[in-house]
Amino acid sequence: MNPFTYAKPAGVDEAVRLAGPRSRFIAGGTNLLDLMKENVLQPEQLIDITGLPLREVEETAEGGVRIGALVSNADLAWHPLIEQRYPLLSQAILAGASPQLRNMASTGGNLLQRTRCYYFYDSKMPCNKRDPGTGCPAKDGLNRIHAILGASEQCVATHPSDMCVALAALAAVVHVQGPNGARTIEFADFHRLPADAPERDNQLADDELITAVELPAAGFTAHSQYLKIRDRASYAFALVSVAAALELDGETIRDARLALGGVAHKPWRDEAVERLLIGQPATAETFGKAADALLQDARGLQHNTFKIKLARRAIVRALSDAAKGEMQR
Amino acid sequence: MSTLSSSAGAQPYASHSISLQLNGQSRQLDVLPWTTLLDLLREQLDLVGSKKGCDHGQCGACTVLLNGKRVNACLTLAVMCDGAELTTIEGLAQGDQLHPVQAAFIKHDAFQCGYCTPGQICSAVGLINEGRADSSADIKELMSGNLCRCGAYSNIRAAIEEVVEVQGGDRS
Repeated sequence: MNPFTYAKPAGVDEAVRLAGPRSRFIAGGTNLLDLMKENVLQPEQLIDITGLPLREVEETAEGGVRIGALVSNADLAWHPLIEQRYPLLSQAILAGASPQLRNMASTGGNLLQRTRCYYFYDSKMPCNKRDPGTGCPAKDGLNRIHAILGASEQCVATHPSDMCVALAALAAVVHVQGPNGARTIEFADFHRLPADAPERDNQLADDELITAVELPAAGFTAHSQYLKIRDRASYAFALVSVAAALELDGETIRDARLALGGVAHKPWRDEAVERLLIGQPATAETFGKAADALLQDARGLQHNTFKIKLARRAIVRALSDAAKGEMQR
Repeated sequence: MSTLSSSAGAQPYASHSISLQLNGQSRQLDVLPWTTLLDLLREQLDLVGSKKGCDHGQCGACTVLLNGKRVNACLTLAVMCDGAELTTIEGLAQGDQLHPVQAAFIKHDAFQCGYCTPGQICSAVGLINEGRADSSADIKELMSGNLCRCGAYSNIRAAIEEVVEVQGGDRS
């Protein structure tokens, strides 16, 4: 790790004032310190935000829930409001990382995880995300874990979070604060596709701090499922994951949410595909058509073409399990 | 407050004074910002029970209990632990009286080389504190952050299962 200075502000305004392009906020530190040990990131200053009053999980006037940015992944997954009203989110969080890491990692930090692309992590290799303009060795290299949707010539990395896939499906809103005040960002707009600026994972400015993540009232409590497919039974990143949520009237789909992890530079949610499901019977045939529509532009690289079939099957299974209404583990 | 000059000489890097409740004892310590909790324990305090396996949060050999919760000491900055209560493997026994998890590990022969064992035991104590393991399958899943390259997993699980059953018998 490179030497850096350390500051611990007592308030959000002070934290934002200290922030800049050469500093980083630190909360759980689980990804940031790892990247610093690999010399992928070398900030000159760390701003410890763990003293800020951002640890509440509270109901909103609109019937939703507002989650403070510093709530740990473990506390969030096991919070009664989340377990009872947003079981999809609990299930997704518990599918990720290890118990130790979930105790450390924060809600805000989970959104800001960097890709696990091997080339991004290896500071001896070129990487457009780490060092813009140096090239992408993954495109023609080892790319089994890489993107099948929304990739660019510059970057084929995927976003590693499980929690964010559920937050995308649940249409969460991200609250941020910067020097010019607070603003909100729809979850679908928070992360970005790589295009020609893969160094930017999301829409957050250097001096903006995530203060909370807000869930709308609809939790799809009765019919939701997070299905994660990975190389071992636990503690591995997703090859493909699916957050599926349905509202049913008998056998008929009244509302649907579908988001994928492990397939793109951001949690992949396609509202047009969700609209295809509405009004249809909750059958494997319906779900298969939705999967085909969602994956129609999917493109495989040399080693990850298997993900397209895998994603189709995972979508059908997750939606089928969600329709059954009994969360499968 | 001691300082260390950067290579450019412009920016001095101050060490920070922190207080820790470490294994039941109050400690006042000076740490540099980039010192991890694991390096503080092993290099400055000679508490070498917590192991540096991968140093990247992947193996769990450095697991300690920070304010009662299991964390990876290798991915924790010491400077951020000011005011915390910290328990390492060295602080689990009460004198000669082993912690129930330690005793269960011996009874079930839950190790071979022993390198991962301090982390396994601290992790198991954290798991029991969490109160979320209701079955053998739960224990398996909730111990996934601790690798054992000797493959003593079945005995590790048996040891933890016994303590979970004794301490949380009403959860079945």
